[in-house]
Amino acid sequence: MAKSIDVSDLNIYYGDFLAVEGVNMTIRARSVTAFIGPSGCGKSTFLRSLNRMHEVIPGARVEGKVMVDGQSLYDPGVDPVSVRRQIGMVFQRPNPFPTMSIYDNVLAGKRLNAKRLGKKASDELVEKSLRGANLWTEVKDRLNKPGMGLSGGQQQRLCIARAIAVEPQVLLMDEPCSALDPISTSAIEDLIHELKSDYTIVIVTHNMQQAARVSDETGFFNLKATGEPGHLVEFNPTKKMFSNPDEESTEAYISGRFG
Amino acid sequence: MTDLTTTPSTSDALPLQAPSLPRYGTIFAIVFAIAVGALVSMVIGAGSVAALVIAWLALVVALPLWSLAVEGGRKAVDRVATLLIWSTFGLAMIPLVSLIYTVVSKGSGILSGQFFNNSMRNVLGEGGGIYHAIFGTLIVTALAAAISVPIGILTAIYLVEYGKGKKLARVITFLVDVMTGIPSIVAGLFAYALFVLIFGPGVRLGIGGSVALSVLMIPIVVRSSEEMLKLVPDELREASYALGVPKWRTIVKVVVPTAIAGIVTGVTLAIARVAGETAPLLIIAGFTTDTNLNPFSDRMTTLPVYIFQSIASPPGLYRQEYEDYAWGAALTLVTIVMLLNVLARVIGAVFAPKSGR
Amino acid sequence: MAGTVQESPTEPDPGGPGGSVVTTDDGGSTGRVGDRVFAGLSVGSAVLIVIVLAGVAIFLLEQGLPALGNSGESAYGKDNIWAYVGPLLFGTLLAALIAMIIATPLAIGVALVISHYAPRRIATAFGWLIDLLAAIPSVVYGLWGINFLALNLVPVYNWMGDNLGWLPFFEGPVPNSGRTMMTGGIVLAVMALPIITAICREIFAQTPKMHQEAALALGATRWEMIRMTVFPYARSGMFSAVLLGLGRALGETMAIALVLPPSVLVSLNLITAEGASSTIAANIANNFGNASGSKVDTLIFSGLVLFVITFAVNFLGRAIAARGQVKG
Repeated sequence: MAKSIDVSDLNIYYGDFLAVEGVNMTIRARSVTAFIGPSGCGKSTFLRSLNRMHEVIPGARVEGKVMVDGQSLYDPGVDPVSVRRQIGMVFQRPNPFPTMSIYDNVLAGKRLNAKRLGKKASDELVEKSLRGANLWTEVKDRLNKPGMGLSGGQQQRLCIARAIAVEPQVLLMDEPCSALDPISTSAIEDLIHELKSDYTIVIVTHNMQQAARVSDETGFFNLKATGEPGHLVEFNPTKKMFSNPDEESTEAYISGRFG
Repeated sequence: MTDLTTTPSTSDALPLQAPSLPRYGTIFAIVFAIAVGALVSMVIGAGSVAALVIAWLALVVALPLWSLAVEGGRKAVDRVATLLIWSTFGLAMIPLVSLIYTVVSKGSGILSGQFFNNSMRNVLGEGGGIYHAIFGTLIVTALAAAISVPIGILTAIYLVEYGKGKKLARVITFLVDVMTGIPSIVAGLFAYALFVLIFGPGVRLGIGGSVALSVLMIPIVVRSSEEMLKLVPDELREASYALGVPKWRTIVKVVVPTAIAGIVTGVTLAIARVAGETAPLLIIAGFTTDTNLNPFSDRMTTLPVYIFQSIASPPGLYRQEYEDYAWGAALTLVTIVMLLNVLARVIGAVFAPKSGR
Repeated sequence: MAGTVQESPTEPDPGGPGGSVVTTDDGGSTGRVGDRVFAGLSVGSAVLIVIVLAGVAIFLLEQGLPALGNSGESAYGKDNIWAYVGPLLFGTLLAALIAMIIATPLAIGVALVISHYAPRRIATAFGWLIDLLAAIPSVVYGLWGINFLALNLVPVYNWMGDNLGWLPFFEGPVPNSGRTMMTGGIVLAVMALPIITAICREIFAQTPKMHQEAALALGATRWEMIRMTVFPYARSGMFSAVLLGLGRALGETMAIALVLPPSVLVSLNLITAEGASSTIAANIANNFGNASGSKVDTLIFSGLVLFVITFAVNFLGRAIAARGQVKG
């Protein structure tokens, strides 16, 4: 059920400001694609343009094409709300809804769409999603406790459970481990490995080791120069990227010789 | 709808294409609703207000129904919510617009040099003015500011600079909050009760009005000054202490000057607020037709009280003249209050960026 | 320049001897005379506020409580003081209740327009317009209330009387002036609206972005996002905003004094002149000028009742707001 994404000549603007310029890439289905690069180079912006979340900021617009399974995300008839249901997102900081229990958090997205969810169907979906996020055994006895009571890593997995409960095709992760400690981080990385058999996963990370560990393919973003828009420098299989990159600047960034 | 079948995708195509209303659907619906409103009101012979109400009803019913048919329930609910929420704003603007329009249209006719330069002394019908009321307002408000501003700012300084974490500070913060909610008439009664203790029953003094207004003004000044002082970064204070400057000089020379624009803005808004107060002055400052420039003896009329008296108890024969006076005074008062508000915002806008960070 | 010149003579005097004495003191505070005086002044002002608030209560008690025994002439012809104050209290609460029923949904809607619906630049201007609503003096509202609003509401009241007359609230008969309890309530609603809006829009805007984005990323529409994240986050703040607006509506004097014809009656009939009981505040404003002797005490006692109620409402509102802050 996972889908691939084709991006061609994508420019992203905030008002008159061109944030990301000329991105071309193909994100394969059922694989993990990582984006790396220095802060402010537009990799998060690009990620958010893949499910039209960047439109939350007033004045944001794109030129070019993003095709998911042969359909353009930016066609006039396309509804951003439907897009986000198909392409889920996990954010930098864990953000479970503070007033909801663990149980309700998992169901939050599903309840928007389904008319009425029976008790049994709800229970099953909650268990399935929490199991999918490797969280079930840890929280199954306190499903009615608030989601904010969990540890940071558990909260992030709860957010992943919430995202996959909607049964999306693609999961976008915007630096999902940057607010977590190493143990929680490794739990999330394990989870990403498992999830890729069902979902197309795109992850933005600051941590190059993480990109090397979890991803099949990697894209390196950089600014052309200070004040210039960000662009995609190189997009290659992760193995090649970290051993023998095509571009010199990729090599420089990966080996830490980045100016 | 046809799009879905023509797309060359397989059977498990992503449902990204949600059917939606045409791009100008909302505008179309509005035009349609206005047409319905106009038509219906023409048929039943109702006025333009009724037409507007009918148009609104038509919009609130038609657009969601259309949306429900095309886009489904969730979108329809979203459209209802959007419509209703924008409607509340439109509804809230009606009193503002109609009030300003009424005051300007009814009040501007009487404004003249004579109106501003005469009091109501020995005036029964025409020829009166608001000279005495303008001066009453100026004097009472100025005295109230003279009482409230030092007390308010010093209290704010205590709360931010001395009282941090102390129990007294917490109690005072809370009391100040509660004080902002004291009904203005109660403030008037307080001032009356206070002055009765000193001067005996039936006392009416301009200064009493100032005291009553101070009760209302102090909490506003404290709140706004406190907010502004809190914005001053601690590094500035520490830098000053490090130079061996004593605390009180640091406050007077560093902290307060940094926050002064915000404080002045807050004080100006507070003045604007109490300048329009009526109830406490009615009670303690009383009413007179004469010009009285001494706040420490006898009654003193202010603009709001003047307006109230002109409407509430005009001499029977001259009801119309007094109503005109009231509108003229209302226009004057609203102008003063608006000018103070604009002034406050200009002060805030011009000076804040320098001191804000 | 002038500042530095002034500084030099004052510096050595307290600095020399005073400083050496106090070096054992902790932290930044010193025993300098200037510091003591200044700290004393600021503490004094703060304590003065407590005294003033206590003074309001004490003076009202002292002048008002003797009126508890008033009856007949001194209670404006009523058997006892409560027969006089009771209907006024009822009128106060009824007017404020009408105002809140109208103002609360409107204020929340307006706050949402400013915080979430309008484009940012326009939203700032909108906020300013609503603030103007708060700046208009209450007596001007009263003037507008009788001369514009009341007259324009007469056809509406007539329609209500004809079609909803079976409800006790809308029995009529409708006065030609339109000066009814309903009109008073609407004027109060307009006055309370900017207060509720100001607090609500502040809290709405503070709703964490990450929760709003989480909702949108799950495929929520804007309204669903608001219901899932903004309202739960702002619940206690909205409640305290309504209470503070209620405090304003309860204590408002002039608008009601002008709009409502003075009478002391208990009636639920909202669209008639005879049934409109005045409010405490308006009644004081109308009668204080002519009152003397024990009648003054009666009025002050009614003011005390009003003070207690508004104090309780504001106290509750602030307490809820403070608790909400700790939680958030």
